[in-house]
Amino acid sequence: MANQDFPLIFERSKEGRTSYSLPDLDVTEFNLESELEEVYIRKAPPELPEVSELDIMRHYTGLSNRNYGVDTGFYPLGSCTMKYNPKINEDVARLEGFSNIHPLQDPKTVQGAMEMLYDLQTSLKEITGMYEVSLQSAAGAQGEWTALMMIRAFHEANGDYHRTKVIVPDSAHGTNPASAAVAGFDAVTVKTNEKGLVDIDDLKSVVGNDTAALMLTNPNTLGLFETEILEMAEIVHGVGGKLYYDGANLNAIMGYTRPGDMGFDAVHLNLHKTFTGPHGGGGPGSGPVGVSKELEPFLPKPVITKIDNEFIFEYDRPQSIGRIKPYYGNFGINLRAYTYIRTMGAEGLKKVSEYAVLNANYMMRKLEKEYELPYTQHCKHEFVLSGSRQKKLGVRTLDIAKRLLDFEYHPPTIYFPLNVEEGLMVEPTETESKETLDGFIDAMLTIAEEVKENPEIVQEAPHNTIVKRMDETTAARKPILRYNK
Amino acid sequence: MEFRYLPMTENDKQEMLQTIGIKSTDELFADIPNSVRFQGELHLKKPVSEYELKKELTQMANKNANLSEYSSFLGAGVYDHFIPSVVDHVISRSEFYTAYTPYQPEISQGELQAIFEFQTMISELTGMPVANSSMYDGGTSLAEAVNLSAAQTKRKKVLVSQAVHPESRAVIETYARGQNVEIVEIGLKDGLTDLNQLEQELDETIAGVVIQYPNFFGQIEPLQKVEELIKQQKKTMFIVSSNPLALGYLTPPGEFGADIVVGDTQVFGIPAQFGGPHCGYFATTEKLMRKVPGRLVGQTKDEEGVRGFVLTLQAREQHIRRDKATSNICSNQALNALASSVAMSSIGKHGLKKMATVNMHKARYTKASLKEANVEVIFESPFFNEFVVKLSDSVTKVNEKLFEKGIIGGYDLGRDYPEFEGHMLIAVTEIRTKEEIDSFVKELGDING
Repeated sequence: MANQDFPLIFERSKEGRTSYSLPDLDVTEFNLESELEEVYIRKAPPELPEVSELDIMRHYTGLSNRNYGVDTGFYPLGSCTMKYNPKINEDVARLEGFSNIHPLQDPKTVQGAMEMLYDLQTSLKEITGMYEVSLQSAAGAQGEWTALMMIRAFHEANGDYHRTKVIVPDSAHGTNPASAAVAGFDAVTVKTNEKGLVDIDDLKSVVGNDTAALMLTNPNTLGLFETEILEMAEIVHGVGGKLYYDGANLNAIMGYTRPGDMGFDAVHLNLHKTFTGPHGGGGPGSGPVGVSKELEPFLPKPVITKIDNEFIFEYDRPQSIGRIKPYYGNFGINLRAYTYIRTMGAEGLKKVSEYAVLNANYMMRKLEKEYELPYTQHCKHEFVLSGSRQKKLGVRTLDIAKRLLDFEYHPPTIYFPLNVEEGLMVEPTETESKETLDGFIDAMLTIAEEVKENPEIVQEAPHNTIVKRMDETTAARKPILRYNK
Repeated sequence: MEFRYLPMTENDKQEMLQTIGIKSTDELFADIPNSVRFQGELHLKKPVSEYELKKELTQMANKNANLSEYSSFLGAGVYDHFIPSVVDHVISRSEFYTAYTPYQPEISQGELQAIFEFQTMISELTGMPVANSSMYDGGTSLAEAVNLSAAQTKRKKVLVSQAVHPESRAVIETYARGQNVEIVEIGLKDGLTDLNQLEQELDETIAGVVIQYPNFFGQIEPLQKVEELIKQQKKTMFIVSSNPLALGYLTPPGEFGADIVVGDTQVFGIPAQFGGPHCGYFATTEKLMRKVPGRLVGQTKDEEGVRGFVLTLQAREQHIRRDKATSNICSNQALNALASSVAMSSIGKHGLKKMATVNMHKARYTKASLKEANVEVIFESPFFNEFVVKLSDSVTKVNEKLFEKGIIGGYDLGRDYPEFEGHMLIAVTEIRTKEEIDSFVKELGDING
């Protein structure tokens, strides 16, 4: 099937085919046409495909063959924690008692589901060292925004309406400044120093009585632990600001340190990263938020609590920021995370971080021979290389990424964080074996040789994929966003 | 305890430590200051084997009354529809569900094409030219639409009908507060948006008007009349939230001049799963194409002229534009969008209308039967698959009695509308049999006295 158009489901359609069987209508038919003004009755049916059940399976199986997941191969995509997705999680999420329950049923009839949520909350409180946790946020970015809205509400409850600024490091995830903006703040950047850490002097110069919060990832997006975290907390707290923890990188520190112990007032977690909810090709995720005692009254509604052995949804929360999502968060993803935590326990989660960090350091030391390593200290769960040496030879990081596809690897995150020239951000995770790491290292070293000996093969990569490099410029200039007959 | 997801052996570990030039992994964590070090072991439940865990979680699941064991007449935004077997077989392909966002198009054509097809199907259903790759859910999608209307018109006030889902209205309220946008609610008249009040509130300060179609009470709002009112204000945007299944029968909002159409595709192939994950959709006009939140997939060609798909118009998004992005959304609901695409493909062009009308016939049969059983039905406008009854006792009490008979009753409207204390919103889908409906009618009639 290589190198030719793969048909769209609409192109497989043939008038008169179907793969859906409705039960026969067993009640009286009503004259629907007479009820509604004609203008509200749809004239032309939507052009959905008309296909048989086998057509569907062939189509989507074909598409899945044109896709690459963790189950296909190594996926060292930095900052995304592409670890193995356990199969028991999927089985449990499909149990009727979990998958087939309605969010508006009487809570008395769904005590098992609520018990799971309550237990998960309790576990996440312990893992993060926070006072309370809400499981409402649908994803990391929504968690960031939720926590910032709580911080805003906290300041406003103190009559403090002038804290308009949220500080983010120049190495931060793009969602940080975006979430700050959506929560109504101005994002202010703090610089990274020559060691790859937040520049304390610069931080001192940007904080002030207009500071609402500092958003920080620790370890940061360079994979480095912010060793001066307590001093940073003191600086921000000193001016009355709050400290926010982006939990995208929690996989590095479980059982070693906790955001709550580092002085953070609010955190979000990405359950689809650290806690194995699958990424699903882009989602759904889950982004719970943990907060300090001070911020607890502002949690989104409702809050799950336990009274006399009964689990209830609490709505009477006068200082709450309100609802952030219909119902109670992405339950199905929370359930997968819970299943994972029950599988690993405290001992297992600490090993997760130990091995994630060991794997990353091992790869980093092997690869620094051929690739520039801007920050040379031990890393945590990920590290960032620079393709600057290769760039001098006319090969860009994008080319190296595309060449990796020929070796059947998913490339690392590229051109991020923004403060590393030609960045290559590698996160192996703990679920990969040494053989897999060695295979990838070999491929990277081979490519480094190719760059010196035969750069065209890298510049023109990929060579073995079902499609070659895409014309993204035309896609953006003259967008075609849907199929037309 | 053995950890089956951790392949590290003692030999591997020693070799790796040697390569790094250290004696123990502790050295890798030495930069964490002692003062913030976590001492001891986390207090978590002891880990258990796969067999034990499955048993434990099955027992937990069995404590919940599920919709297969009970006949449910509960909707209010989440519906019990038949899910064809193909759906789960497709989304269980781990090339889909263990993949990340398709940033590398050469090895992600499967996901990208599936999203492109989803965008096309949503565009077809809503009658809008552009649809994105998905949002978290219908509620947050609606809130993003409200904020987009404010940003686009540079106005700070949005009118929202009280016949919009109460939980979605609550979400709008929170998102709008973030952007300092004022929400003014438009009241009800006979279970429909009060158009007189809407007309009075509409002026040149209004960024957008939000209507649900069919509305929260199941009734079909007269979009044509709403359009006429909104058209008088040049810039004001018309935002419609729609159950996409209803659009198999109803004229799509795109034909009534909607600027943004949102909703949730849970009705297509996604189980209720206690409220999430479901799948928001977001459809709009070509004019707003470059302002859409979230990811968009576009068609293009590779170097050799082969058709392919890429993430496109990314200059709108947070990873490029940071604080100037049109939204902070990053993860979306891709796998659920895939589930809905498979379900929509299965239902097909003509099946959709059939499925919609079976819902309508069954709801009408239920409504007529309840009337015969002397249950008071309020509101008489045309409706889709939900309607409202007024009970003689509290809805909670009635539902407790129904539950004893194996029935999950409707939604208690008194929770959100003080004026509808003792009113129940009843949903009837294609999978409720005549037998189930008759039994529900009998029990409700008896309880109601």
